[in-house]
Amino acid sequence: MDDLRNDAVIRVRDVVVGFGDVNILKGLSLDVYRGEVLGFVGGSGQGKSVLMRTIIGLLPKRSGSIEVFGVDLGDASVDERQSVERRWGVLFQQGALFSSLTVRQNVQFPMREYLKLSRRMMDEIAMAKLEMVGLKPDVCDKFPSELSGGMIKRVALARALALDPDIVFLDEPTSGLDPIGAADFDDLIKTLSRTLGLTVYMVTHDLDSLHAICDRIAVLADGKVITQGPISTMLASEHPWVKEYFRGKRSRVQAA
Amino acid sequence: MDDIPLLTTVSDGRRLALVAAGSWTVEQADELERLVDAAARQRGEPDAVAIDMRRLERLDTYGAWLFERLVREFNVAGRDPNVVGMPDQYRALLDEVSHSNRATMDRRRTNVIANALVVVGKTMASVGADLLAIVQMYGAVTAAIGRMLLHPTRFRFTSMVHHIDRVAWRAVPIILLITFLIGAIIAQQGIFHFRKFGADVFVVDMLGILVLREIGVLIVCIMVAGRSGSAYTAELGSMKMREEIDALRTMGFDPIDVLILPRLFALIIGVPILSFLGSMAALYGGGLVCWLYGGMSPEIFLGRLREAITLDHFAVGIYKAPFMAMIIGIVATVEGLAVEGSAESLGLRTTASVVKSIFLVIVLDGFFAIFFASIGK
Repeated sequence: MDDLRNDAVIRVRDVVVGFGDVNILKGLSLDVYRGEVLGFVGGSGQGKSVLMRTIIGLLPKRSGSIEVFGVDLGDASVDERQSVERRWGVLFQQGALFSSLTVRQNVQFPMREYLKLSRRMMDEIAMAKLEMVGLKPDVCDKFPSELSGGMIKRVALARALALDPDIVFLDEPTSGLDPIGAADFDDLIKTLSRTLGLTVYMVTHDLDSLHAICDRIAVLADGKVITQGPISTMLASEHPWVKEYFRGKRSRVQAA
Repeated sequence: MDDIPLLTTVSDGRRLALVAAGSWTVEQADELERLVDAAARQRGEPDAVAIDMRRLERLDTYGAWLFERLVREFNVAGRDPNVVGMPDQYRALLDEVSHSNRATMDRRRTNVIANALVVVGKTMASVGADLLAIVQMYGAVTAAIGRMLLHPTRFRFTSMVHHIDRVAWRAVPIILLITFLIGAIIAQQGIFHFRKFGADVFVVDMLGILVLREIGVLIVCIMVAGRSGSAYTAELGSMKMREEIDALRTMGFDPIDVLILPRLFALIIGVPILSFLGSMAALYGGGLVCWLYGGMSPEIFLGRLREAITLDHFAVGIYKAPFMAMIIGIVATVEGLAVEGSAESLGLRTTASVVKSIFLVIVLDGFFAIFFASIGK
């Protein structure tokens, strides 16, 4: 575990993020280690998505530092930033597929922008990615509006994985999926993180995902990470919110 | 590290030995693809093929796929390459890609001429479908007006007033400005050219007839189509995209009653008023130019105008306005309801709404010209 500690791919230190007069994150610190699946939980409106959006640069921070792959994103040059951005993929909650492009074009979009590849190679890689996320080849010429919610998430995951990133950020990947679809998606994330050696940063509300695939869980409350560790730590925690969340009415412990 | 080739090919005629090295990753994918394809072209010649992966440093999906492609190319030629030294950690990834791209995608070859004919045919069919949709909407609106007459209290009066405020009241400044300028320009051009044969005084006739019969109402309708027709299409379209229209239906409301009738009535009431105001502004602009540029005093201008035009000229313009408003409203709402899921479709429909309503307004104007000529007005 000690050598893992030195291998933090994301290092967040004392980050403060706020809107107007209110600070949502109040000096939050968090490490994400190489190759792990980190589940990030917290009550609605506590700022789970805010942290994710701050790390990927969609929201400005008021103070603190964020390092990804050892690059401090606060004072990185445009080129440094871009080389970091190439190494992460993001799955947005609603998929955020480009509605005017077909599934295949959506997956190829980052390749077209960043790589110089032959058309054949791009077609084959796009197809391989789509098959990796469990889609049939015949979806590739459909438009996002013709897909179901679960398929949209899978295509969005294929797009996030297009450049073989080292980190993927998943914003509530299983929300809006039925329990079977959600379990499939969990398996998919686990398999992909093993086969591709991915680091997964997952914002979620889904207790089943947390139990099934997360190596470590971090809990956000009052703008800080109040506790982190594997699921056993969560179940043993005496913090009232953590207790309610993991051992409350809807938890597995209660159901069993 | 750069000096080691990603893939070295050694051939002694009967045996082909391929040696992989370095990072088979996305950054090298383009170069690697060329190497792999070059190696695969020699697939027919040797009896035995060996691929040595011991010096491979990193492998990602791109590299794994190219490795898979290489192996498949040899398999097609009936050779089974002997792979040595593939690191175990990549086993799962290779398994994953080995299922990919198995289904052959048959891309049908198409004929250019046939394609062009298909495009023409589809366009004609869509023109027919558009006309049908407009007629359908006209029918649905008529039925809704019938329902409204039976239950007048159900009419959404507040909503209509709100839309009159948006499409008529707030459009007044820009309409006045534009028609004022157009009136002034017509007068200036008329004076400039008519003066050559001493007919400047007929500029007033031309201005009065042109503005009251045609220009006033046409300019206003084109402005309204661009300003309010597009807004209607975009509003209804985004409501359709977000399932708000479906929500209305499930609650037992007819979107025609709730959304379309108030918008349509707002246009039918607003456009004649705007046409009147626009015509007056154009006459004012023309009169001003006649006075300042043509040296015709306002008294003479007004006297001449009174002789030149009759109430008929004014009435012809104003009669046309509500019909044109109806066309703009119907086209805008038909296009709005035809929006599908994507942002692109919303853009296309909004453009189509403006283009079609301006086109139909001008066509309708032509029919009116024939009609009024044949009844002698």
